Amino acid sequence: MTCDDVRRFVDPYLDGELDLMRQVEFDDHLRQCQVCPPIYESRRALRSAIHAQQLYFTAPAHVRQHVRTAIRASAPTSSWWSRIFAPQWISVAVGAMAVVLAVVIAGPMLSRRSASNQIAQEVVSAHIRSLMANHLTDVSSSDQHTVKPWFAGKLDFSPPIVDLKDHDFPLVGGRLDYAGNRPVAALAYRRGEHVINLFAWPATSNADVAEAFDSRQGYNVLSWRHAGTSFWAVSDLNATELRQFASLVQAGL
Amino acid sequence: MSASPFEQVVLPHLNAAYNLARWLTRDEHDAEDVVQDAFVRALRFFDGFRGDDARAWLLAIVRNTSYDYLRRHRPHEVSEPFNEELHSPTEEGQTPETLLLRRTDQVMVRRALETLPVAWREIIILREFEELSYKQIADVAGIRIGTVMSRLARARGQLQRLLATEALKEVAE
Repeated sequence: MTCDDVRRFVDPYLDGELDLMRQVEFDDHLRQCQVCPPIYESRRALRSAIHAQQLYFTAPAHVRQHVRTAIRASAPTSSWWSRIFAPQWISVAVGAMAVVLAVVIAGPMLSRRSASNQIAQEVVSAHIRSLMANHLTDVSSSDQHTVKPWFAGKLDFSPPIVDLKDHDFPLVGGRLDYAGNRPVAALAYRRGEHVINLFAWPATSNADVAEAFDSRQGYNVLSWRHAGTSFWAVSDLNATELRQFASLVQAGL
Repeated sequence: MSASPFEQVVLPHLNAAYNLARWLTRDEHDAEDVVQDAFVRALRFFDGFRGDDARAWLLAIVRNTSYDYLRRHRPHEVSEPFNEELHSPTEEGQTPETLLLRRTDQVMVRRALETLPVAWREIIILREFEELSYKQIADVAGIRIGTVMSRLARARGQLQRLLATEALKEVAE
């Protein structure tokens, strides 16, 4: 790590946002360098200066009271219900029921598709972010037996991890991410210069679902369900090799 | 009347909401208006809230309500899009004295924080007082994680310079 890197990473280091490998390099550099320690020290002194003072504004009691009153005034009241069940509304309600039934039948099909659409967008965004913010991994290791235990206690499931080194898809590491409204495991693999993010989380159903291919913003996306886990693989790798990656992951489980 | 799910999930974060609004508006009464308005908005959107991070969700609403308020009453304070370069000091890389930073008092720190452009101030408040992660800050402020990182670096650099200058004056007197 160079002195320029230290300047660049001093804030993420202080905030615990640096991946493990860079943290270690940062520590090493600080020990050896004559120039950089003051940069780090002054950042720490700034933080102490901010935290030493009572600068947090706690909401005064009257604000709490006003907020509560405002919330209750805007909340729907019970008379709303009694109005609905008034006789003149019943025929309208019967008509509405027909519409509701149609929606109940067709709705899940539509919403399932749009939910999967949204997840596709989320994982592509997560993939881009992981490359852009230099935050590909929280735990950097090519060893599945290092990466897997790292997730313990951070997720409510243990993500399946396969070793694909012999197939030229080396594991780079893992990190926590967020998709489909839940924390998920993100596993980073490499093929040459291409990064593959494999997102995994427990599926809502145990039935396997075959791979579905999608392409967004220049990234290829493959999703499938296998062994009770939902998988999403995102990469700028070509579709053929990404499919190969997906079948290797499935074969390895 | 018993507490609704909204009150149980969102109301516990009132202090965080007030603190952010107070720092963004820099005024007690404005903060009060913003917080009330933000909670009413939050109640309206609560049906759409599916996540598990109610605090960050609420803070995003407080942040947007504060910006709306500032745009209406003090538009010069929220120039968007925010121009980083314009506010960045020219003497980048200079290291202010750690010793000087140790001599700061509450008034100095408060004044220095209030002097920061609002786009930097919010990042400092969310990071130092709410201890949000870069990802959470990015979500609350609607910016990229890379921007969170660069704004934090610039805001802290600026704070260090402001505080060192103030502390130096104090020493000289």
